[in-house]
Amino acid sequence: MKKTKQLSAGVTLSALGLESAHADYALNLMQGVTKVSNDIYDLHMLILWICVFIGIAVFGTMFYSIYHHRKSKGHKAANFHENTTVEIVWTIIPTLILIGMAIPATKAMMELDDVQKSDMSIKVTGKQWYWEYEYLDNGVHFESHLDAASEKAHRDGSDPSRIPHYLLNVDNPLVVPVGKKIRFVFTAADVIHSWWVPDLGWKKDANPGFINEAWTQVDKPGVYRGQCTELCGRDHGFMPIVVIAMEQGDYDKWVQITLVKQNEKPDLSDQSREQLMANGEAVYLKNCVACHQIDGKGAEGAYPALRGSAKVTGSVDPLIGFIQAGTSRMPAFAKLKDNELAALITYIRNSPDIGNKVGDELQPKTITPVYDDD
Amino acid sequence: MSAVTAEHAHDDHHDDHAHGPEKGWLRWIITTNHKDIGTLYLLFALAMFFVGGAMAMVIRAELFEPGMQFVNPQFFNSMTTMHALVMVFGAVMPAFVGLANWMIPMMIGAPDMALPRMNNMSFWMLVAGVLLLASTLFMEGGAPAGGWTLYPPLVLQTGKALPFAIFSVHLLGISSIMGAINIIATILNMRAPAMTLMKMPLFVWTWLITGFLLIAIMPVFAGAVTMLLTDKFFHTSFFDAAGGGDPVLYQHIFWFFGHPEVYVMILPTFGVASTIIPVFARKPLFGYSSMVYATAAIAFLSFIVWAHHMFTVGLPIAGELYFMYATMLIAIPTGVKVFNWTATMWKGAMTFETPMLFSIAFVVLFTLGGFTGLMMSVAPVDFQYHDTYFIVAHFHYTLVPASIFILMAAGYYWLPKWTGHMYNEKIGQLHFWLSAISVNILFFPQHFLGLAGMPRRIPDYAIQFADWNMISSIGGFIFGLSQLLFLWIVIDTIKGGTGEKVSDEVWEDAHKHGLEWTLPSPVPYHTFTTPPTVIPCDHD
Repeated sequence: MKKTKQLSAGVTLSALGLESAHADYALNLMQGVTKVSNDIYDLHMLILWICVFIGIAVFGTMFYSIYHHRKSKGHKAANFHENTTVEIVWTIIPTLILIGMAIPATKAMMELDDVQKSDMSIKVTGKQWYWEYEYLDNGVHFESHLDAASEKAHRDGSDPSRIPHYLLNVDNPLVVPVGKKIRFVFTAADVIHSWWVPDLGWKKDANPGFINEAWTQVDKPGVYRGQCTELCGRDHGFMPIVVIAMEQGDYDKWVQITLVKQNEKPDLSDQSREQLMANGEAVYLKNCVACHQIDGKGAEGAYPALRGSAKVTGSVDPLIGFIQAGTSRMPAFAKLKDNELAALITYIRNSPDIGNKVGDELQPKTITPVYDDD
Repeated sequence: MSAVTAEHAHDDHHDDHAHGPEKGWLRWIITTNHKDIGTLYLLFALAMFFVGGAMAMVIRAELFEPGMQFVNPQFFNSMTTMHALVMVFGAVMPAFVGLANWMIPMMIGAPDMALPRMNNMSFWMLVAGVLLLASTLFMEGGAPAGGWTLYPPLVLQTGKALPFAIFSVHLLGISSIMGAINIIATILNMRAPAMTLMKMPLFVWTWLITGFLLIAIMPVFAGAVTMLLTDKFFHTSFFDAAGGGDPVLYQHIFWFFGHPEVYVMILPTFGVASTIIPVFARKPLFGYSSMVYATAAIAFLSFIVWAHHMFTVGLPIAGELYFMYATMLIAIPTGVKVFNWTATMWKGAMTFETPMLFSIAFVVLFTLGGFTGLMMSVAPVDFQYHDTYFIVAHFHYTLVPASIFILMAAGYYWLPKWTGHMYNEKIGQLHFWLSAISVNILFFPQHFLGLAGMPRRIPDYAIQFADWNMISSIGGFIFGLSQLLFLWIVIDTIKGGTGEKVSDEVWEDAHKHGLEWTLPSPVPYHTFTTPPTVIPCDHD
């Protein structure tokens, strides 16, 4: 337990510290930290320079003409309107340039596509609006949501510049070892998402009901950030990706600790009211706020309000069942553990932010009979 | 020429209903006159340009600073979706159909369009379609917010608006198909006897090809959205994996429509540019026949490159490579066009009235958009560019300072012919310079944003994207406001403009370049009731 805390603190610290660039802006594509991303960068620069060169030639000619061949300078118009040789030349030269581009492009494409001989596999599932990661080789499995600071700030209108890595930070980053070929398999639970970390050099769509593959091999330890790049609904802009690449030894330790944490029984001991409310808010921000909103008012015509809702403020047992089973429109939240559920229910029934004031509190133990652990 | 003048005199002296317009407002409802319908299309497109523009202003205002300030994310997504749909189907396409209505009969020496009643119907169906689309903004659950591409499964999460939006796409599709049939029938059947195909002005050629594109693609789009409708309401599973369907199938169908669709907006643009540049260079268009063949080649290629919009969707390697190579090929005919325009200017005697300024800006800025298009054709690199602001910059360069600029150029070029009044050249040039500068402040920084990692269609962004977004928004506001000058000029010119009497040919020696300049200014209500015998042709 102590070790867990140390490590998660370490991960958080490195997530905050390794990249200090805050208000930096870039003009060009990043080179990234993999061989593929560097190849792509080189290809990008090659084509960019080809375009610059052609642009200078064409616009140079055009502006020379605009300057010299104007009526106000007394230039008399010529009357030519055809020249087969010229036309053939300016068809063939671009064709040759294109062939020159296609060769390295084909190589890079083949490289990007080759997922064979990987050292490990991670399954990535896009969901509205977070990512779920499953390490297929060792059973590590967790959700990765936008971090609470950004989540709150973009909803309550506080100053984003005070938030470290505003909108680009998550609660649980994806941790990978450096120097290993990692195969990703992508899918989605609801709509299409797309997983993009620019430093890795590519993005790949996560399609519901289908599997896509991609791979990476990170050369440099560090924190690499990205975002969902396929419009996936209301909170498309709020499901970032953070990848932390570490040395194999650190990674192995992280796996061990994460597995221990993952298999811990939830702490079902009684909590103070403050604890319940604080934990409840955290659960709410992670799971509910996207639809029901930070003020519990929902969105008219789309998402029902919790504020003043009889379902929320009525008796507790049906509410527990409702949250665990979901409806045709709301996903089931059976994944919530008893302590989380108790805190959440206490929070939505009593938070001034949500606008309900039932005046009760729910302890984790009291909901054990309803909770069905598979 | 003399026959035309006689016809004109005839109209002036007989106030006969069969020859003149209907009196009062009813004229604009029931008209079958190609000039009236052209005017309706153009004014409607101008109005929708401001509606779509207002939506763009909402988008740029929200993106002015990081953090959420004005709208919620759902409404933001509705704005990006509706902005695109209104601009594509309500502004750019109708504006080109309006130009086609006005100019094609006058350019080929025909008295009207081949199917005048259908012409009226296709206009009013367009109005119905766009109004229905706009009404979804006020429906429960809001307007469609899944992007103009309407990808499932996301679009199926739309509230009450979904079936209305789909029906509006059907109406717009029917309207476009009828317009296209009419234009093709007119061009193929109603040309003056001496007007052979290879003498037609390029605007007519590009519209002939565009017409075929429209007939080929609009039913495909209608089919795709109908499948969405049955998936949502009749328990089919075309795009739902749980029932054996595939959401990516929709993307293939959509882009089989969508790629030619973007060329529907650019081919007539090429045609207008090829019409205007020779007049102000006082020189025949360079490489007329290669222009025709290049247009046809681009149209053909547009049907076999669709999946370059889908490089990251999970295509097999053979698919990635094929669509990359095919897409790269488009650079060749497009390059030919740009070189031809440059060669047309070369050794001309150029003057720089507003239509020419907009046309030159089009050639330069469209080429910039072409360059980024070439960059994105390279599949592995597109794995970085895809769905970022880089592509937002790319397609806005090919639409705003290209299609929209050429529509402006066309307005300045033909308004004197249509109205008989000269527009205010000083204000026109002011409009040009404000637009040309601000459009670059608006869209150029978006290249940087995309390369630096900003995804498109997000209502809020990380702090490192703040500076360029603010600059882009400022450019956007200046660009938006500048367009009010155009509105003023159009109204002012209709009301009398500078008061200067314009000649029949308006622009120096324009009669050498097109039949429309042999007609009086303003153009009489009926023209070419007997076909002209002498065809100006500067490229024999």
